[in-house]
Amino acid sequence: MSPMSSASPVPPVLPMSPPMPVAPDTTREGGRRESSGSNGSNGMIGTSGLIGSSVIRPDAVDKARGDFAFSSDLWAEGMLWGKVLRSPHPSARILSIDTARAQQMPGVMAVLTWADLPGDQVFGLDAKDQPVFAHDVVRYAGEPIAAVAATHPELARQAVDAIVVDFEPAIPLVDPDEALSAPATHEAGNVFRHITLRHGDIKAEGDVVVEGTYEVGMQDQAFMGPESGLAIPSSDGSVDLYISTQWLHVDRDQVAACLGLPPELVRLHLAGVGGAFGAREDITIQVQLCLLALRTRRPVKMVFSRAESFLGHVHRHPARMWYRHHARRDGTLVKVEARIVLDGGAYMSSSAAVIANATCFAAGPYRVPSAAVDGFAVRTNNPPCGAMRGFGAVQVCFAYESQMDRLADALQMDPIELRLKNAICSTDRLITGQVVGGTAPVAEVIRAAAEAPLPEPASGDLLELPGGAGRCAEYDKVVRGTGFAVGFKNLLYSEGFDDFSTARCRLDGDMATITCAAAEVGQGFVTLARQVVTETLGVTKVRISSGDTNEIGSAGSTSASRQSWMSGGAVLEACKAVADRVLSMAADTLQVRPETLRLSVGYVVSGDGIPLISLNDLTRGKPVEESVVFHHKPTDPLDSDGQGNAHVSFAFVAHKAVVDVDVELGLVRVVQLSTAQDVGKVLNPLQLLGQIEGGTLQGVGLAVMEELLVADGIVQNPSFTDYLIPTTLDAPDIVVTRLVEEPDPLAPFGAKGAGEMPAISSTPAVVSAIRNATGLALSRVPVRPQDIAFGYAKSDSA
Amino acid sequence: MATMSGIARPVSVEGVLDVLDEDPATQVLAGGTDFMVEVNYGHRKPQSIVALSRVAGMRTWQVVEDHLVIGAGVTYSQVMKEQLADLLPGLAQAARTVGSPQIRNAGTIGGNLGTASPAGDSLPILLALDALVNIRSKHSSRSLRVDEYVIGPKKHALQPGEIIVSVRIPLSDTSQEFLKVGTRNAMVISVAGLALVVDWKSGRVGCGLGSVGPTPIRASEAEAWLAGVIDWENRRIPDRDGYGQEFGRLVARAASPIDDHRSSAAYRSYALSVCGKRAYERIRRQQRQVLPGIVNGE
Ligand SMILES: Cc1cc2nc3c(=O)[nH]c(=O)nc-3n(C[C@H](O)[C@H](O)[C@H](O)COP(=O)(O)OP(=O)(O)OC[C@H]3O[C@@H](n4cnc5c(N)ncnc54)[C@H](O)[C@@H]3O)c2cc1C
Repeated sequence: MSPMSSASPVPPVLPMSPPMPVAPDTTREGGRRESSGSNGSNGMIGTSGLIGSSVIRPDAVDKARGDFAFSSDLWAEGMLWGKVLRSPHPSARILSIDTARAQQMPGVMAVLTWADLPGDQVFGLDAKDQPVFAHDVVRYAGEPIAAVAATHPELARQAVDAIVVDFEPAIPLVDPDEALSAPATHEAGNVFRHITLRHGDIKAEGDVVVEGTYEVGMQDQAFMGPESGLAIPSSDGSVDLYISTQWLHVDRDQVAACLGLPPELVRLHLAGVGGAFGAREDITIQVQLCLLALRTRRPVKMVFSRAESFLGHVHRHPARMWYRHHARRDGTLVKVEARIVLDGGAYMSSSAAVIANATCFAAGPYRVPSAAVDGFAVRTNNPPCGAMRGFGAVQVCFAYESQMDRLADALQMDPIELRLKNAICSTDRLITGQVVGGTAPVAEVIRAAAEAPLPEPASGDLLELPGGAGRCAEYDKVVRGTGFAVGFKNLLYSEGFDDFSTARCRLDGDMATITCAAAEVGQGFVTLARQVVTETLGVTKVRISSGDTNEIGSAGSTSASRQSWMSGGAVLEACKAVADRVLSMAADTLQVRPETLRLSVGYVVSGDGIPLISLNDLTRGKPVEESVVFHHKPTDPLDSDGQGNAHVSFAFVAHKAVVDVDVELGLVRVVQLSTAQDVGKVLNPLQLLGQIEGGTLQGVGLAVMEELLVADGIVQNPSFTDYLIPTTLDAPDIVVTRLVEEPDPLAPFGAKGAGEMPAISSTPAVVSAIRNATGLALSRVPVRPQDIAFGYAKSDSA
Repeated sequence: MATMSGIARPVSVEGVLDVLDEDPATQVLAGGTDFMVEVNYGHRKPQSIVALSRVAGMRTWQVVEDHLVIGAGVTYSQVMKEQLADLLPGLAQAARTVGSPQIRNAGTIGGNLGTASPAGDSLPILLALDALVNIRSKHSSRSLRVDEYVIGPKKHALQPGEIIVSVRIPLSDTSQEFLKVGTRNAMVISVAGLALVVDWKSGRVGCGLGSVGPTPIRASEAEAWLAGVIDWENRRIPDRDGYGQEFGRLVARAASPIDDHRSSAAYRSYALSVCGKRAYERIRRQQRQVLPGIVNGE
């Protein structure tokens, strides 16, 4: 059994347990068995509730039964329905906007454009370059132009159709390489950021040189819960916005600026979030909703259709990457050269930070003494791109791991041996000059993932072969391949950003209330916060509240694999401060020294565990409350050579993939992905497994099917009919061979963020396995059936 | 805004036909798996609806002499169940390729014909089986072959007031195969689909193609070629080099696929020829081993 598959009630992950392979299905069984034993009222199923136990989410049952209220389920008395008019053109001048007919429709309460915006016209996470409403030009197909509020959603749709916009379409700039030299499509120019990274001896040469060009298509976060929210105006001119987002406070700041209101008058509340993966970092409907509510003086609700959702949020940056690796004959890496171009689309969003990641991590988790990397994020008339799970680390991992395979081939060396030979460790330097520091068990994750035993050969069941339910496979034409990849990424924000999280803990009797604005987007912060409370205060009655933006300070974004560390850290410190106060109160009452006391299951107990006084007696009606602001270690910006201590910490991951390929039809069935991950410490085994399975599968999607197709700036497949994500029949068995627990000295509990890592190395591992099965180069993801079928037919006849 | 005047839920075919006779603009709702998608996208704005779900007579199938009559309201899940799947393995195979379990529980054969999409997965096999579409209105009834019924992309020959009540399929001694290629292992719109039926009793070959032209296509040349090489007396499909390939080539020649965001014309033709070859080989092997049709449904 794997460390994750234990059904025992004790914390199932033992730090030093040897890597134990599992039969394909037991990882999933483990999760199910544990949760099916549900009986506790406090959501702690057969566990202590402490750190390290598989505490079940408080909303798990509601979500499973469809009772959970998502932001799309919000409702208020007398509310109106909002709807946005979007540009059909990727590039055009707006000659006029005529809203007269829409305004006159009965039941239409407001039709608003740029001219109605009292505050800033533009917003953005970084540079404020994106208009709330297009004014004289549109720069991408899908850009908002006007917003309507009406008494019925269908009426709102008709009103939007009744707005007449006179466009003068222009030829869109859609090629990211051309963007570097083409006339600017925005006064801020076409280059969001160019990073020149130079490290070591850039003239160094290797005995063996391999070169390749790689491409990554535009992936979408494809969350289930569409963008939605409800804005409720108050008579004092303030507004409450209930919204699904990843970061309440930064939304608030942008919304308030555009509304021309002081931030205190815009109160954001977290509504039920149906997935995020980066797509809710930028604001989408927030300003329009508040503006409509303030104008109509009525609550306004908006829910994106699926098509609008695909057009309304940012996507993963498509990438074009050129690489040249130099190595000595024994496999030691000498130098990596790369040129990375990310298509950021029409507006900046987080492009500048994404290209920084892509550039900093361009060489992979390897010891690379010299490097010359040029990273560009450019502006085009394609849909804006920004944050998505893996954030720049995904694209380059596909390229550098493809290169490592190519290099192993050229050296006639085992690809895993090559990776082990160059694996970075904590005392080595990255190509940014930064010493890795902390913990870097790269060799361990490589070995553990590589050790997984191979699954049984495919049975003859057509459902289990490539093509699945379509039953088009021919057993004789199915070839099995295996592949391997390693990846890594920074945790938390980088480049000198002053990142922090705020939390408040209030203990009243044996009931603790945590207020922290960390956005719960499905990752399990609400569960973790409970565990932290139980661990530090010894109570199991815990209320978690995200408050509103006036009640508590910022918790930062639910992104960058940072909330367990940052908000977990804030909650931990707040709880510790409360514990200290409670213990000194008890010490006073009991006339003992506080060091002789601790907290356990609702009591202050003596050193040897004898209950002395209950928390109810001590604090009921006299609550103890502490607030803290938690910061991580400061980082530095990158200098003009892309050098500097820009990152706080790193986590590492490896995947081994097994695929079956119908080489004639070009169809793929990913059979198994085994993985090992550097997690520092396991806080909640079940939730961690959820992150690993989900992230790994998202990587499978990018490898073989997920792509938002954009032709001449127009998205071709904005629907779940045509934007394909893996189904159960596409999901491989995911086997966790090892969770490496080397505590990060800087992190609360030593735990590293774990949300993004699984999505990084799974894609290159799958493609490597397809290459292994077919012998094809396959330099672009997602790999399409025709790439395999036609490539194979050609190589077969040659 | 126009409001909906209501949903009629008759319990008999006659009741449905009465509603349509009174108001031919009334829209027919079966499982709703196409209908509601169109409503959600604003492509369909029904003023009045007649629902078929309570018409018990349309939700069953029966053997009538040497034919099988399948009610228009029969779902994919029903088609995949044993008895029907034994009689029509190719249709059961096609049904298994449709959508997800939820869609197969709701979606009907009548609805697939009603949408008349070139990607409708039941259409190639119905074509290959020589199925007749039984159509009625209050005052008339008629039957059309599938290739007479589908007259263009998502266009069919129904007149106002008419509905499909059933499909009628000759019962015979057949071998059947259905293959569908898509870029996902389940719940995917077909990039190319092929149904092959060899009728040992009548010495006839049927081959229907999906998603490779504006309508489901009959591969007549390929059918004739295969009928010509089969040793009907000994029930043998020749095991000769290049025969499967030739069949695949002829099948692909019947197609007129397009490039779109789901695939390229070149890959569609190619995949079709591979499917033709594989269908040929599967039926040849089945015949030799005298195996019953294999169904992978649950
Ligand atoms: C997620 C999803 C996946 C899908 N996957 C597939 C797939 O893999 N393959 C595939 O072929 N299809 C697929 N479909 C489409 C759809 O499920 C099928 O076409 C199904 O057969 C439609 O049947 P229905 O009973 O739901 O029809 P409805 O949606 O109720 O009706 C469809 C049309 O047929 C008309 N109609 C229905 N019954 C009759 C009748 N008796 N007489 C006259 N007109 C009638 C209706 O007026 C309407 O125009 C999918 C749909 C969804 C939502």
